[in-house]
Amino acid sequence: MTTTTIETTAVRPPRTGFALSQKQVWGLLFVAPYIAIFMAFVVFPVGYAFWLARDPQLYVELVHDPIFLRTAINTLVFLIVAINVKMVIALFVSGFFTNKRWWVKILSVLFVLPWAVPSIPTILSMRFMLNPEWGVINQLIFTLTTEDGPNWLNDPTLALALSMVVHIWKSLPFWTLILLAGRLAIPHELYEAASVDGAGSWHRFAYITWPSISTLYVTCTLLSMIFTVGDFNSVYLLTGGGPADLTHVLSTLGIRYLRLDQVGLAMASIVCCLPFVLPLVFFMMKRLSK
Amino acid sequence: MSQPLTLRRLTRNVGTEAGLLLIGIPILLWTLIPIYHMFLFAISPKDAAFSGQLWPAHPTLRNFGIVFNQEHHFLYHFWLQMWNSIAIAVATAVLTLMVATMAAFAISRLRMKGGRLVMNLALFTYFIPAAFLAVPMYKTMGMYGLLNNDLALILAMVTIASPYAIWILRQASDKLPVELDEAALIDGASPWQLFRMVYIPLMVPSLIAVGTYALLLAWNEYLYAFLLLSKETTLTLPVALGNFLSADDSPWELLMTAGFIYALPPAAIYYAFRRYMSSGLTAGAVKG
Repeated sequence: MTTTTIETTAVRPPRTGFALSQKQVWGLLFVAPYIAIFMAFVVFPVGYAFWLARDPQLYVELVHDPIFLRTAINTLVFLIVAINVKMVIALFVSGFFTNKRWWVKILSVLFVLPWAVPSIPTILSMRFMLNPEWGVINQLIFTLTTEDGPNWLNDPTLALALSMVVHIWKSLPFWTLILLAGRLAIPHELYEAASVDGAGSWHRFAYITWPSISTLYVTCTLLSMIFTVGDFNSVYLLTGGGPADLTHVLSTLGIRYLRLDQVGLAMASIVCCLPFVLPLVFFMMKRLSK
Repeated sequence: MSQPLTLRRLTRNVGTEAGLLLIGIPILLWTLIPIYHMFLFAISPKDAAFSGQLWPAHPTLRNFGIVFNQEHHFLYHFWLQMWNSIAIAVATAVLTLMVATMAAFAISRLRMKGGRLVMNLALFTYFIPAAFLAVPMYKTMGMYGLLNNDLALILAMVTIASPYAIWILRQASDKLPVELDEAALIDGASPWQLFRMVYIPLMVPSLIAVGTYALLLAWNEYLYAFLLLSKETTLTLPVALGNFLSADDSPWELLMTAGFIYALPPAAIYYAFRRYMSSGLTAGAVKG
């Protein structure tokens, strides 16, 4: 195909547009594999999903499902609490890692482990730590207080809170590294000047660090929010949505409906979420595709 | 400095040091406890694992032996599933690199018409939460007849990994000087030669970062693997480990041992390529 293009254009008298159009043909060829993947595995599935979710009756059914309402609230709580707690800790810890001491450097290398290793073994490890009878946490509580610890994952509030802890454990390193990169990009002279003026650490943070990285901080928070809507592992591997389907978030609920062979409901639950997620996505795209 | 170390300065130094330790020690414990707990199970004999000691009285490598020799019915396909994980991760990395590098080259260097649109579509895909696409992807793979085929997971992971890969690579290639392309084209190089002989060699550090990213993404993936693969022999190891949960009498020490083994390669790969990862990947997110 390419050779024919070259031959037919070669007959024409050379002009400036020739190189350009050949470049365009090559451009299309180079981008074709991605377009093919995008069509087959994004456009088609999404289109199909909307087609499956077209029946208005599905939404009536969804709203009448108490698990769906509970899930919507859980997801909202998860997003607001877990992400803000995580980002504040990341902001604080990234400041700690700007220290140049040798042991802080070693610690910063170890600190990335939760992010680098697969979720499944570590989350299952935490799940076992929380086991009411054999788990190390309740054993510790028993040795210290001679009383039985709580049945952690059997209480919906505790279980959801612990899923948030798992989520924070897993993704804190990533956001800390990004905020650390942001902090390290601040010119050092600013801090030196502030020291000369006798500014304490709080003033240095409030007048130099925060103004320099606040945009980055907000970007990270929003980005983390979008990603966390899709966080399946933290909840599914720790609580499985239980007890009594009270700790589902949107990402695990869709899979639950799928397992119950209610694909329409699964799609409808995702479509319901789009009015909240899409504005965030467009906002982020505007911010990042300058 | 020449200033003598007064008592006040000394106490202040000790104070700072103690303050740093007061932050550092909780960070260390928080990071390592779940991982150490897993390791402790892996080296403990079956009954001693639950005793809650900090170090087992009789550490043993027997669990590793059982896992490696596939001596438990949960682990009959351990090596096959490990192989599936490796094959899927490597295939995902290679395919993502090919697809994303070519797309980034077309958008950034060939300045193709509509490149901006392609970039925006890719970025949009990157921002769709992965779990949202999972159910439609599952149904679609069923229609394509790919369920229970490792290819389904590879294609799904390439779909998820390439948008970010294209974005990172495009940013890196925008930084290469335009004169380079012009010189090569004047010398009569075709865009393909430009791609292969000029572009690829210059992009090696970013390619390593993106390849590692895709490799780890596929290796660590649970949700898509668990949806798309269900036959014992096509499973990746994470799904097989997840299946331990379905039984009441799960051998936790073996689960933790296999999990520990599974966690080693990505940690090693991450540390080996950390230099490329941190500069290549955070650069993308820091912008803005």
